[in-house]
Amino acid sequence: MNTENKILQDKLVIKSKTDNLSKVREFITSLAQNCGLKNQDIQKIVLAVDEACTNVIKHAYNYSPEGEIIIQTKCLSDKFIVSITDKGNHFDPNLVPEPNLQLFQKEKKKGGLGIFLMRKLMDEVYYRNISNEQNQVELVKYF
Amino acid sequence: MAEFNVATRVQGGVKIIDLKGYLDAHTAPDLEKTFNRLIEEKNYKVIVNFEELKYISSAGLGVFMAYIETMRENSGDIKFAKMKDDIYNIFDLLGFPVLYEFFKEEKDALEKFNLKL
Repeated sequence: MNTENKILQDKLVIKSKTDNLSKVREFITSLAQNCGLKNQDIQKIVLAVDEACTNVIKHAYNYSPEGEIIIQTKCLSDKFIVSITDKGNHFDPNLVPEPNLQLFQKEKKKGGLGIFLMRKLMDEVYYRNISNEQNQVELVKYF
Repeated sequence: MAEFNVATRVQGGVKIIDLKGYLDAHTAPDLEKTFNRLIEEKNYKVIVNFEELKYISSAGLGVFMAYIETMRENSGDIKFAKMKDDIYNIFDLLGFPVLYEFFKEEKDALEKFNLKL
């Protein structure tokens, strides 16, 4: 763990393509390891960030590969924070219903699980609109 | 790019799908293609072997959610076998164990299919 109060921060910028997801996972794994998180927590954070980026690619940029996604991490003394920022379509997570697996299965749906999973995996999840029409998701995991 | 491979084989009238590597939003379409092909060939009894799968995101779980009903409507099913704990935990978080059958070994899933014959 980062015992001093120094903030360790890092940043990755990718284009909105699903083949970049593996790059995102490697980046988060390495930063979370450096921050001293347990393996079990690292797996959860990596999956939550993958879900957040997948949502940006699918919904904010509608699969257009030219969009930009900025992933930033912060290693603090008590928590690890990941923010995912995009300039795509605004997205209101409150409009996404809780998944009903039985119903989704009957409807042969293949999506709708990501946001719920992110909330289950992380301690805190925040959605914000920030300046320059940017959307940001912030994921927090406490040690 | 994520490494992923999907292969199929037949065992006692049941199609087995072997998954290997990383199943995410990038690779999930490969698994969808496999399911589409099985349905075209009228193969509705499917066991998915997870032994060599290292990673899954909700895009991967969504494939099973999208296809299981078609299999069950045709007297088949999608049964899961040899899943590691960390992968199972994700299925569990989303409530899959209530609606899907998980088996330690492939032969146990196979036996379950044969019981119904």
